[in-house]
Amino acid sequence: MAQTVFAPWADPNEKPLIQFKNVTKRFGDFTAIDNLTLDIFRREFFALLGPSGCGKTTLMRMLAGFETPTEGTITLEGKDISPVPPNKREVNMMFQSYALFPHLSVYDNIAFGLKRSDMSRDEIAARVEQMLKMVQLDKFARRKPHQISGGQRQRVALARSLAKAPKLLLLDEPLGALDKKLREETQFELMDIQEKTGTTFVIVTHDQEEAMTVASRVAVMDHGKVIQVDTPDRIYETPNSVYVADFIGDVNLIEGNARPLEEGQVAIAWAEGQPEIIGTPATPIAPGARVTFAIRPEKVAITNERPEDKPNAVQGKVLDIAYLGNISTYHVELATGQHIKAQIANNRRIARRSFTWEDEVWLSWTATAGVVLTQ
Amino acid sequence: MSGLSDRLRGLVVVAVPYLWLLMLFLVPFGIVLKISLSDIALAIPPYTPTLDLSQGWQGLKDFFADLDFENFVWLTQDDLYWKAYLSSLKIAVISTFLTLLVGYPIAYGMANAPDEWRPTLMMLVILPFWTSFLIRVYSWMGILSQEGFLNQFLLWTGVVSEPLTIMNTNTAVYIGIVYTYLPFMILPIYATLEKLDASLLEAASDLGCTRAQAFWLVTAPLSKPGVIAGCFLVFIPAIGEFVIPSLLGGSRTLMIGKVLWEEFFSNRDWPVASAVAVILLMILVIPIILFQRNEQKQREAEQ
Repeated sequence: MAQTVFAPWADPNEKPLIQFKNVTKRFGDFTAIDNLTLDIFRREFFALLGPSGCGKTTLMRMLAGFETPTEGTITLEGKDISPVPPNKREVNMMFQSYALFPHLSVYDNIAFGLKRSDMSRDEIAARVEQMLKMVQLDKFARRKPHQISGGQRQRVALARSLAKAPKLLLLDEPLGALDKKLREETQFELMDIQEKTGTTFVIVTHDQEEAMTVASRVAVMDHGKVIQVDTPDRIYETPNSVYVADFIGDVNLIEGNARPLEEGQVAIAWAEGQPEIIGTPATPIAPGARVTFAIRPEKVAITNERPEDKPNAVQGKVLDIAYLGNISTYHVELATGQHIKAQIANNRRIARRSFTWEDEVWLSWTATAGVVLTQ
Repeated sequence: MSGLSDRLRGLVVVAVPYLWLLMLFLVPFGIVLKISLSDIALAIPPYTPTLDLSQGWQGLKDFFADLDFENFVWLTQDDLYWKAYLSSLKIAVISTFLTLLVGYPIAYGMANAPDEWRPTLMMLVILPFWTSFLIRVYSWMGILSQEGFLNQFLLWTGVVSEPLTIMNTNTAVYIGIVYTYLPFMILPIYATLEKLDASLLEAASDLGCTRAQAFWLVTAPLSKPGVIAGCFLVFIPAIGEFVIPSLLGGSRTLMIGKVLWEEFFSNRDWPVASAVAVILLMILVIPIILFQRNEQKQREAEQ
């Protein structure tokens, strides 16, 4: 069955809902956002990912209206929103601390925004009921925020921010305060609600797994700049820089000098006496360029004998084994002293494990398994 | 062994505040209550009966037989007393309200001031306590009197052509009470406003509130415990206030503290003065209990 893939960013006719045009934000001497240009499309679940202090929260607060850009413009549906105060924007925010009003019941918290609009009493009541049902809190409507659990509070905050049916919902580390299991459940709930309501979501998070799970596209940020914007799989599989490769997931990084081969491949000389690594760069690389070869641990195979069919194979000694239950990560030390991580699914019982500490093993990978990065 | 010493220690810890209350509150109150049930006499001390234990059992019986509620009956017969109680209540209510009106904006300003300013502002609120209360009230006499600084200033600027009569009126009493008790209003309100999570106001604004709406719907209700605490802290001492009305108020300023003082020192009628004090305490017990309940509710809410 053919399904249309949701990819408005690939469609040149699609107009973005939000556009950042050369936006810079300075706080005194500190530049929080540095000449940033970014498009976010309708119905997207857009994740801003980065370490603390990278500017992702500032970006979100500018969308909410709590900060104004020092330079550049932000448009919502083509209109500049800089002069619009937060209470007049069709943008709602779910706060990291939830910011539920402690003196109001769950019901009144959700109704708070609606009462500020020109909705009638009956309409408000119906809308609040609908929101309560959506987050499965109908039975807790009369409780105060301190009388419900953390997970329930998170849902009240979500219901409150969605009640006014905003054009854009901002979520600031929405799941940060929840424990791991509840967080994973809630991630799927969020995606479900996003799909049902058709609202555009922008989520700020420092948790790359969370961003990968929920988002249609992820923007990886560092020092006020967007380093890469792409779908989660492309961010993971084809990072555009060492920073992104290193930030998302686990990666082996090997530096060397490139020598172009035929058919778009390159050979990377990375250590004396070691065979060159054969890789496939996305764009042609100049001879002798300094490059970084990045390969994910799960794409490295580990064997007792040298495999004949792989263009890349290096020998080393098992230094450490990180057993995670479903998978194990082998830390292998090469003769050069470098460490390479290889990840293998534990599809056999642990007693039958093929390799153990101090074993001499071969690590191998195909010519397309890794990426060749120039920055 | 250790269980016993722990229990003993626990008992001592609990006993200290109770002993304190017994010695410094219950015993003096018992003495005042006893005097209020006695009769005035030209003697030292100026009331009868006095407890004479040398007479043994019979003396004790005679002593209790001589106690009566005559003074309390007297308080209901002379309208001076209930008028003084009512007038005190009125002055205390109005001045509490005025103190709130002045204190809330100050507390609000302090809570919203930059962090580095707050200790200084706090200092400025507390600083007047470093000078004797009596001296500060006297200095108000210098400000408010006919030839005082205020009138001189107003005449100089031309706002008034004749000096205003403020001294020895209820207005002067209100000014004195508001000035004296202002810190007791500011500090609890400031404490609640300072704790207020700034993201709540951002959330209110995000959900469509103007600044004024956010204040009424979020800041005001959340600072209510501080407002209630501040009001009680002003109201309770203000109702029995004696120094301010007697120094700043006029002959027509009727307050129960002043009546009590006059009964005690001018009339040397200790029994009636004691009866006035007992009734005053009973009136105050109600707001004190309400105050305690407010404090407890707030503590529970914080848990």
